[in-house]
Amino acid sequence: MTRFLARRLGYLLVTLLVTSLLIFLITQLLPGDVARVILGREASEPALQALRERLGLTRPAPVQYLTWLVAFLRGDWGTSFATEQAIRPLVLERLGNSLMLAGLTLAIAVPLAIALGVAAALRAGRWPDAVISVASLAVVGLPEFVTGLVLIEVFAFRLRWLPANASIAPEAGFLEALPMLILPALTATLVLLAYIARLTRASVLEELGRAYVRTAVLKGLPPRVVLVRHVLRNALLPTVTVVAISVGWLISGLIVVENVFNYPGLGRLLTFAIDRRDVPLLQAISLVAVLAFALANLVADVLYAVLNPRIRLG
Amino acid sequence: MAYGPGAGVLALRDVDLDVAPGTAVGLVGESGSGKSTLALAALRFLPGDGRVVRGRVELGGVALDGLSSAALRDLWRRRVRLVPQDPLASLNPSLTVGRQVAEGLAGDPAGRDGEGTAGASPRGDRARDAVRALLASVGLADAARVAASYPHQLSGGMQQRVAIAMALGGAPELLVMDEPTTNLDVTTEATVLDLVRDLRERHGTAVLYVSHSLAVVARTCDRVAVLYAGELVEDAPVAELYRRPLHPYTRGLLDSLPRVGQDRRAEPLRPIEGRIPEAHARPPGCVFADRCPVAIERCHAERPALDDAAPGRRVRCHRWPEIAAGTLDPRRPAEPPARAHDALAPDGDAPALSVRSLSKRYPLARGAWAALRRRPARAVRALEDASLEVWRGRTLGLVGESGSGKSTLARCVVGLTVPTAGEVALAGARLAPRLEHRYRARLGELQMVFQNSGEALNPYLTVGESLARPLRRLAGARSGGEIEARVRSLLEAVHLPAAFAARVPGELSGGEQQRVAIARALATEPCVLVFDESVSGLDVSVQAGILDLLTRLQDERHGAYAFISHDLAVVAYLADDIAVMHLGRVVESGPASAVLRPPYHPYTEALLSAVPTLDPDGQAERVRLTGDAPSPVDLPPGCPFHTRCPRSLGELCEREAPPWRRDASGKTVACHIPLEELVTAQVPLFADAGDAGAGPAAEGAAP
Ligand code: SF4
Ligand code: SF4
Repeated sequence: MTRFLARRLGYLLVTLLVTSLLIFLITQLLPGDVARVILGREASEPALQALRERLGLTRPAPVQYLTWLVAFLRGDWGTSFATEQAIRPLVLERLGNSLMLAGLTLAIAVPLAIALGVAAALRAGRWPDAVISVASLAVVGLPEFVTGLVLIEVFAFRLRWLPANASIAPEAGFLEALPMLILPALTATLVLLAYIARLTRASVLEELGRAYVRTAVLKGLPPRVVLVRHVLRNALLPTVTVVAISVGWLISGLIVVENVFNYPGLGRLLTFAIDRRDVPLLQAISLVAVLAFALANLVADVLYAVLNPRIRLG
Repeated sequence: MAYGPGAGVLALRDVDLDVAPGTAVGLVGESGSGKSTLALAALRFLPGDGRVVRGRVELGGVALDGLSSAALRDLWRRRVRLVPQDPLASLNPSLTVGRQVAEGLAGDPAGRDGEGTAGASPRGDRARDAVRALLASVGLADAARVAASYPHQLSGGMQQRVAIAMALGGAPELLVMDEPTTNLDVTTEATVLDLVRDLRERHGTAVLYVSHSLAVVARTCDRVAVLYAGELVEDAPVAELYRRPLHPYTRGLLDSLPRVGQDRRAEPLRPIEGRIPEAHARPPGCVFADRCPVAIERCHAERPALDDAAPGRRVRCHRWPEIAAGTLDPRRPAEPPARAHDALAPDGDAPALSVRSLSKRYPLARGAWAALRRRPARAVRALEDASLEVWRGRTLGLVGESGSGKSTLARCVVGLTVPTAGEVALAGARLAPRLEHRYRARLGELQMVFQNSGEALNPYLTVGESLARPLRRLAGARSGGEIEARVRSLLEAVHLPAAFAARVPGELSGGEQQRVAIARALATEPCVLVFDESVSGLDVSVQAGILDLLTRLQDERHGAYAFISHDLAVVAYLADDIAVMHLGRVVESGPASAVLRPPYHPYTEALLSAVPTLDPDGQAERVRLTGDAPSPVDLPPGCPFHTRCPRSLGELCEREAPPWRRDASGKTVACHIPLEELVTAQVPLFADAGDAGAGPAAEGAAP
């Protein structure tokens, strides 16, 4: 188990290193002259040169990369071009907001999706299964901005139950923010729901067909015990992994959702950074997002191993 | 009882069967006979789309029909239990064994007990003690440790014991066992069968024992019911059924089973021709009429009734009175012996195939930490210094438990696995270890048939095309006419009609597919053929046909065969020479007739003792192995068998590797005990072994 953990942590570090390199390459080297990108087409040559010096762009690329990485690791994430603010507190604050939204989304989506998936599997081939499958497929086909706008129209404008705008104040606590969070979280939930539900359905169906389920039934156990103790214990193992993968979807989904609801999270900060061609900000956000995704995967791997005695005990 | 899915296909037709308390009834049939359906129906467990069309199940005189689902659960909990075929698949992989046994206890309100954490041990001291007692009662010595284990941590034999313990937890009146030993080694199977016998005597449980093997049933049951195409065709006490079968199908099954000591040339097996009719295409008359050697017109027109032939004997055949009176022989006439003389003497001066000191080790991945501290790398020793010879015109049988290295050896021989040390030579010439380095011209000389070779045929190629490919690539056949002629003669050689060339594998039965696989292996006229479990998994009546086919082909073509099987009776029947393997080593080898009688290597003795034989009484005193084979990673020093050897000499065996000993019969044995002592200590395990087959070692196996 310790060796397993150590290996997974090693993978994590390698992943981060590689993606940091990619992020660096894409943001700094590929678009040609960063200084011109930042200052615009009409900028004068001396101004460009001054900016290049300031950004350290005149040095060789490997040196640039290493300086950037070392500084990042030491907590010096640089200053934003656009706002002239230090990047770190800004990104961390927005990250906190995004995590709050993501957490709420997962808290709604995962239990709901599992319940739907199990319900569909238990009635496989009959109408509840068909309804759940078709509905979840239909929802997943719609882009987030459509579902988001529909939800706003219904719950904010027609019913007036919830606010349409989610621009929470920085100092607002979770409870104050909650009403504003619900609509964005619901929108993001719809992105994940179908995916997790369908995979849950498939793995429950697979487990239901296994011989040990027959053994459990023939011991005279009540159906609920057979389902919870025997089937779900095994069927939900793959779901752990699925949830981790869906965190990736969630990250990209949040970019849209945060913009639709004007929610001050990492996703909206990212669009802002792209708009303003704020390269250091962009780099910091990307790296933080990758780290979040990689950590989610690590947690899923470890959780899977802990829950599965065949891996835990070899 | 009639039983069938809603679509109207009857899986079972008019089967009725009684199991008295404390007795065991064997339910025997080939695939497609409906035996598993019947077993589950007896538990009132019906697959989703099945229903009982007519008939009923009674337990203790009370009908079990129309039970509510709660009553059904109570029935399953306390009165009838199933021991399933595949114990690993039938146990929940993520619950401890103790927990699973505990929730099967009849009195335990497991249904109401809440959810615990994963792998929590059964709640309450009473439950825990009951679980341990159950596990101990099925011969699991270290019950506390077993209870805390997960299924995958136990060996196959232990898993099956757990499954039995779990079933016994309900203290059931009826225990249905569905092929409980099919995937186990013979040595493990023997101990499980002993256990079943013992339980029945101790608890007075009625047992319905489903099996494809008449021999296994002979060992465990009082009565046997033979099922064919969903119908009960014969039902009789074990001894009578084997001594005097009344139904032609039963006779055919018995004639298909090789007996140890049977001479395959003088007395070939008599397979049952044809195949079992599909459930939707059963004939109107006797279901067996298409394949029955003594069918008359009446059989095709009129369905025979299940007659009481004698007290306790029932048979469904129009002609049983003639068979019982001895005026009609229901056997298929045997083919005339292929050749007058016995096994060929070694042919030529070099063995067709020789294997010298072959070893194969699979290194285990070493953690960085262990490497840093310079721990020696560990390896799985799949094969250790194994040497063998196979001569033209002779068959070498290779036997041993799973993990003994017999398949690794076969794969090294054909170049699919690269050995760590040692060499393989074909007719005296050394072969490159890797398949891709071997000369193409020589590839055709050495062919292999696997257990699933028949299933592995390309489903989109016709049989003719499958056979033409090796002819073109390895045998140098060019013109279309020549290939066609050779395909035809190959099909003929494996007793398949020429019209089969146009069929695709999906249209063939399992036995026919395996014949095509053999024909394909023969296409290049190999001098050496390796068969790795090639007839395992086939029904006995089909298997018999292939065994006869191999005998005949060998007599015609003088090939050298290496035949690997876990079925010792089959090996004993087919082989001229036998090599016994244990943990990657050859521990005994020699002419079959010599290996099958004393002096035996103690491991051979245990292996042969475990073979279930048809003779229900008069089983000689049996040697049983306890415990599992040591792991091939940490082999004990000295004789690798000493941890389980019933005859171990103690310190000597634990310290020193045993010497090779040879006797006058030409067999060699690796053991510290001198052969003279072994021969006086051991009893012959097969009365007729070696008498019929007069191999080169016929005179005097005893020193
Ligand atoms: S009834 Fe006729 S066909 Fe059927 S087994 Fe008897 S003799 Fe053979
Ligand atoms: S050498 Fe010893 S342990 Fe090995 S088989 Fe012979 S008696 Fe048994």
